[in-house]
Amino acid sequence: MVNAGTASSPQPKLVAREVSVFYGEKQAVFDVDLDIMPREVTAFIGPSGCGKSTLLRCFNRMNDLIENCRITGSMLLDGGDIAGSDVDVVQLRTRIGMVFQKPNPFPKSVYDNVAYGPRLHGVAPTRSELDELVETSLRRAGIWDEVKDRIDQPGTSLSGGQQQRLCIARAIAIRPDVLLMDEPCSALDPIATATIEELIDELKSEYTIIIVTHNMQQAARVSQRTAFLNLGRLIEFDETQKIFTNPSEPSTQDYITGRFG
Amino acid sequence: MSSSVPTTISSQAAANRLLLRRKRAERRFQLYGILAISAAVGFLVVFLASIVSRGYMGFVQTEVRLTINFEQELVEAGSYRKILRTSLAELFPEAGSSRAERRALAGLVSAGTVFVLRETVEADPAIAGTVRDVWVLASDPVDQFHKGRIDASLPEEERPISDASLARIAALEQDGRIALRFNRSFFSRGDSRNPEEAGILGAIVGSALALVVTLVVSFPIGVMTAVYLEAFAPRNRITRLIEININNLAAVPSIVFGLLGLAVFLNVFGLPRSAPISGGLVLSLMTLPTIIISSRAAIRAVPPSFAEAAIGLGASRVQAIFHHVLPVAAPGTLTGAIIGMAQALGETAPLLMMGMVAFVVEVPGGFTDPSTVLPAQVYLWADSPERGFAEKTAAAIIVLLGFLLVMNGLAVYLRRKFEKQW
Amino acid sequence: MLLSYLPLLIIALFGVGAFYASRARISAAPQRALPGLPGHYGWYGTLWTVVPAALVYAVWTIIDDQVIRNIVLSDFPELSGAAATLLYVSIENAAAGVMTDDVPMASVELLLNLENLSAAARFALVTAVSVLGFFWGWRRIRPELTARDRVETALLVALFIASIIAILTTVGIVLSLVVETFRFFQLVSPFEFFFGLEWSPQIALRDDQVAASGAFGAVPVFAGTLLITVIAMLVAGPIGLMSAIYLAEYAHPRVRAVIKPLLEILAGIPTVVYGFFAALVLAPSMRNLGVDLGLTISSESALAAGLIMGIMIIPFVSSLSDDIMTAVPMSLREGSYGLGATASETIKRVILPAATPGIVGGFMLAISRAIGETMIVVMAAGLAANLTANPFEAVTTVTVQIATLLVGDHEFDSEKTMAAFALGLTLFFVTLALNVVALRVVQKYSERYE
Repeated sequence: MVNAGTASSPQPKLVAREVSVFYGEKQAVFDVDLDIMPREVTAFIGPSGCGKSTLLRCFNRMNDLIENCRITGSMLLDGGDIAGSDVDVVQLRTRIGMVFQKPNPFPKSVYDNVAYGPRLHGVAPTRSELDELVETSLRRAGIWDEVKDRIDQPGTSLSGGQQQRLCIARAIAIRPDVLLMDEPCSALDPIATATIEELIDELKSEYTIIIVTHNMQQAARVSQRTAFLNLGRLIEFDETQKIFTNPSEPSTQDYITGRFG
Repeated sequence: MSSSVPTTISSQAAANRLLLRRKRAERRFQLYGILAISAAVGFLVVFLASIVSRGYMGFVQTEVRLTINFEQELVEAGSYRKILRTSLAELFPEAGSSRAERRALAGLVSAGTVFVLRETVEADPAIAGTVRDVWVLASDPVDQFHKGRIDASLPEEERPISDASLARIAALEQDGRIALRFNRSFFSRGDSRNPEEAGILGAIVGSALALVVTLVVSFPIGVMTAVYLEAFAPRNRITRLIEININNLAAVPSIVFGLLGLAVFLNVFGLPRSAPISGGLVLSLMTLPTIIISSRAAIRAVPPSFAEAAIGLGASRVQAIFHHVLPVAAPGTLTGAIIGMAQALGETAPLLMMGMVAFVVEVPGGFTDPSTVLPAQVYLWADSPERGFAEKTAAAIIVLLGFLLVMNGLAVYLRRKFEKQW
Repeated sequence: MLLSYLPLLIIALFGVGAFYASRARISAAPQRALPGLPGHYGWYGTLWTVVPAALVYAVWTIIDDQVIRNIVLSDFPELSGAAATLLYVSIENAAAGVMTDDVPMASVELLLNLENLSAAARFALVTAVSVLGFFWGWRRIRPELTARDRVETALLVALFIASIIAILTTVGIVLSLVVETFRFFQLVSPFEFFFGLEWSPQIALRDDQVAASGAFGAVPVFAGTLLITVIAMLVAGPIGLMSAIYLAEYAHPRVRAVIKPLLEILAGIPTVVYGFFAALVLAPSMRNLGVDLGLTISSESALAAGLIMGIMIIPFVSSLSDDIMTAVPMSLREGSYGLGATASETIKRVILPAATPGIVGGFMLAISRAIGETMIVVMAAGLAANLTANPFEAVTTVTVQIATLLVGDHEFDSEKTMAAFALGLTLFFVTLALNVVALRVVQKYSERYE
């Protein structure tokens, strides 16, 4: 596992250079440089309000939805620009999917939740292809066995952990390259959290995953690399094992040993 | 597992086409939104512009300067009709003394001119026996022609003004005897059958009287209800019944309130028809829900800590509410009352039932006098065939909208001024 | 005149006096911890002085007209019903100084005497009750009296009575409508009213021929209401909904802050002004347009009334829809955008379906508003009850018929006036049902996202 990071291809999947984010006058993220490696799990940790979620949401331009939010610096996906104003965010978001803090299934059936993305993008045009895609996605999210009998019931009727896995199934149904996960377990109980963590571990064989978490054990368990952010600045970015055993920055040390945060 | 993932879109070109189509749909959808808003706002603009363009001329009135010979003996005999006739004949000596010609001459000025002359003399008896220039109102056709609302190029039988009269108007214009002046009588008189003499003072006073009744009845009752429901009412079925009733009353069509007023206030209680007291009572029942709902919101917006602090210091609940909560909620309550009054001012339908849509010449002097209200005056004039009433109607609408603008502006101002985040 | 308001003045003066007298009495009493402020004792005295006297005044005022009327008319035992009313009105007019022919002068004199007597008696009684009430309260003012409790209880009772007025209003509406409607249905069968296809209540063949005074089949009236409402909703539905969507989802907050109140102005314009516009501006130009296009558009077409009514109810649709859409949680929007949906796809596939119950509620409220609207249709729609679906023709509506049947001087108790109440009852129940259901739907919806 430790070797996975170092042995992966030298070509980073996502690159951020001097990324700063402003909410109106207030700067939330300061000059972050970051390389995200493919088919790895990268964790963003840091105290609340440190800008880790804001940074995450830059990668698929979710910050565009927020009034007065402005981003500077450059961000690249496979060498192509994703930060410019001429970038097609609709296309970008099909390549960089997202799972949110609180499970947010649409008030539709389980089936329609998963089929939502494919229908938009014209993937799987026939009914049987779509059926198959829905099933595959639910299987990949490890929830098929639990919902196959109530595929026509509303997604909101599932339990919290199931809802979150449904949202993951929904995200992977459009086969993105990258999955962004914004504290995906913070609203879940420990058992559901364990299931999701297992799932993340499986998914990294196909997807590049960035996960924001304030749970350091979780970061240690699921990620290969960890970025520690504090007050909007990237303090340290290294292999997870190194960050948790031998961080080079004293403030990282303070944070992971629980002296603040 | 990955083997079961179905094939991706066959070609990049197809994907691009789909994307283009989605983008176009997006733009189209946004356009629908903009069109919808433009339609609504555009209508508002056209609507206001058309009212103003029709109505602004209602605030001025064509007047004619006549040289009147107040012959002593005619004044004493009270034959002002003859005084006027003689003066007009002197002005247009070419007109014969036939009955038709005399009528045509008299038709140049308002039918009320005779009374104006009488009033002039009564106000200043020294005028008797002298020759004076007097500005009198022009008749409706002359007024409309002078304002350019009658097309002189039409054949004579298709317009309300004869060729001979046109020539006389031209002569008057040449002498500087005809002019547009501010229409004072519009604001100083009641209704009239003659458009040039009709005014809205009666309707304004009627509206004011009815609103006084409405305010005096609905404001205290509304605030008391709101205080009861927010601060004292136990959570039980009666309270729920009251709340449901208030919500439903807010949505009852106004004309149904008119039926209630007719059946109960007029027929059972025997209140006078067409009187501000009866109309005002119906309006107060209508505005009650508005006042209750906004007062409740205002009371609810006061943090409970205010009352709790007072109770902690040994005040009773009643004292806490009346000394510490109500004063803070007062501006909100007042705002609700103003909005309720604005609604009541614009209401016509229930007053139809109460007989307040009536031809009333006298300006009402009390709550039981027959009177009409401003929107009812608009309704009455809109139904009148004379051309002059069209612009009077629009002018009355402008006055009505002006009052509403002031009231709503006041409400917004109060809300802004006292809006506080606790 | 003076004598009728004098008792009120007396009550007010006595009330003020009682306050100070009672307060002074408790202040003079041996001081110790009182169960109330001196002011409470003052109010206690005022309440005993004012309330019973005011009640006596009110009761007397309400019943004395009826009593006097019975006494005056007892001289004419042969008259009853409308004839008696007519006679009494002319006696009253004569007493007020308006001379009419054939008024029995003896009765006029009797009326005047009785009125004076009644006013004097009322004055004496009210004054006496007020004084008695004052002394009753005065005797009880002792330091042991729990004055604060008593006064506050009285206040709460007053608040409760005020809030009962809402219920009384509803009861009044229902009773007055039901009573008249019941009488109407004794003359015209409900079956004819609800299913009859002929409506011409104004054409009475002969004055005394009550049952033949016209046809009371209300279907054309209901159909006209429906036609105009449908036209109005065809205007207000799309425009209101699309405006709400744009304001809630696309518009910059500053644009929204300007446009939203602008749209709400539409709901604040008095309906009589819309009626003027529909009847005197829109209808003539539509008729001219029709002539140009070779269409026959009636000058009182359903279309003109419906269009303007549609404009009027745009804010009812847009405001509620806007509120409802803004209440859809942001997380659903993010979920959809995160999957690469465009804004319109998010709106159409996620937000609108989620907000549907609320939007339906808004539409129902708007429909109820349209059905109950009176002035626009009175001025712009017709009186003729045509059973047609052609929007270019004139139709009539429930509210128009109520207004025209009841406006003007005609005797009450005729079938026409009762028919108006039957229409009113129908209108009341239809709008009530729409509102109750709409509020339920909206409430259910808002619970879901709390």
